[in-house]
Amino acid sequence: MAETNVVLKVDGLEKSFADNRILSGVSFEIDRGQIKVICGPSGSGKSTLLRCLNLLTEPDKGRVWLEGQEITNANVDVNSVRQRIGFVFQEFNLFNHLTALRNVSLALEKVKKMSKDEANALAMKELARVNLANDAHKYPAELSGGQKQRVAIARALAMNPVIMFYDEPTSALDPHLIGEVLDVMKKLAQEKLTSLVVTHEIGFARSVADEIMFMGEGKILEHGPPSQIIDKPTHEAVRLFFKRINELYRRDED
Amino acid sequence: MVAFADFLPYILSGVIWTLGLVAGGLSIGFAIGLLMAIGQIYGGEEAKAIIHAYVWFFRSIPLLVLLFLFYWGVFPATGFKLDPLACSIVVLGLRSGAYQSQIFRGGIISLGDTQLLAARALGMSKSRGIFHVVLPQALRISMPGWSNEYATMIKDSAITFSLGVLEILTRTRYVVSATNEALIPYFFAGALFLVLTYAGTKVVNIVYERTKIPGLLGRL
Repeated sequence: MAETNVVLKVDGLEKSFADNRILSGVSFEIDRGQIKVICGPSGSGKSTLLRCLNLLTEPDKGRVWLEGQEITNANVDVNSVRQRIGFVFQEFNLFNHLTALRNVSLALEKVKKMSKDEANALAMKELARVNLANDAHKYPAELSGGQKQRVAIARALAMNPVIMFYDEPTSALDPHLIGEVLDVMKKLAQEKLTSLVVTHEIGFARSVADEIMFMGEGKILEHGPPSQIIDKPTHEAVRLFFKRINELYRRDED
Repeated sequence: MVAFADFLPYILSGVIWTLGLVAGGLSIGFAIGLLMAIGQIYGGEEAKAIIHAYVWFFRSIPLLVLLFLFYWGVFPATGFKLDPLACSIVVLGLRSGAYQSQIFRGGIISLGDTQLLAARALGMSKSRGIFHVVLPQALRISMPGWSNEYATMIKDSAITFSLGVLEILTRTRYVVSATNEALIPYFFAGALFLVLTYAGTKVVNIVYERTKIPGLLGRL
């Protein structure tokens, strides 16, 4: 059945904060192994969408299914849902009092109930996967922004999620540190790890995304293959957005 | 001439009582304060209102009044038979809990909500996230404030002389009335408090330095 291949299905998601409507009917699907990128101006609801999808924020309306299980059902165990969704924050949000290794192993022990040895072994493996095996015993404050974000990715990967959410993972980084994080994300994309990525990194979107969804005014204004959305958008707001981003990139290259 | 050597050991043995009051009071206060700080930040509206009232009550009434209220009023009226020492420890603890809750609350708030958010995103329950991620950091941030609470507690413990608890001041007063000599006994008592305050805050400072998180500057 084709249905079993859908990892995430979103139908008519709505969310308001007080009188402020953030999401006004978002619907889409992600199949196993797909990489979808969400673009759009700030305030268009991208972060709120991700947070609604792993229930860090409660949506007002609409339904979400994770591997066929409806997670917007009131009886669902939110903790078990979140274990299956890797979440990478813009500001890393590493646990400041723990080493890189412990950042990764903590939830393995406390949530997945692994033994300390098992958790450490897996955490080391995940840190190696993001090229940080040598920095496992450093504390977050001793790491660069790029290293911190890679630890955060390893921490999410260790839980063996069925899908990864990235919320502007490179927006808080100095320009020279963005590459190392994108490289890791590209590698994971090539391994066909299903992902939903909020980012303005056009190069990344072009090279790994199966689809770009452009958000504006709480809706998906336009979606399609990267080349179509970036180069030949039909919506005026989308065209303007990528024009500005392209100008910025060209300036960087000069 | 009074033989000071005879009464100084008597006053000195009050240190054990003073430390008992302080250790008991701080421990009860720690448990109450930590729970209330968590309740005040993560709890529902009702819990917040109750905690707010509790803090307001115990911070607004003089310690001497609280001691009398509980020893002569609340405990007898509710059928508890507490001796002066036990009553004093409970009252010091209840009151310290009000102050400690505000110390820990400040520590948790200064941490921001992103740490718990990250824990929850990994599938940790709220209580696990608070226990494993929020508190280890918030408690450390709270240490300088907590060291003040210790110093305050050492000094406030002397007020229990009003119930006749055999701590430093009570013993000193006995010595003064027996010998008709005030200067040296009170000076000696003051010196004991000074040493206890200094030593305790020093210990907290050492723990604070020892638990420093590598690379992190400033508050943490």
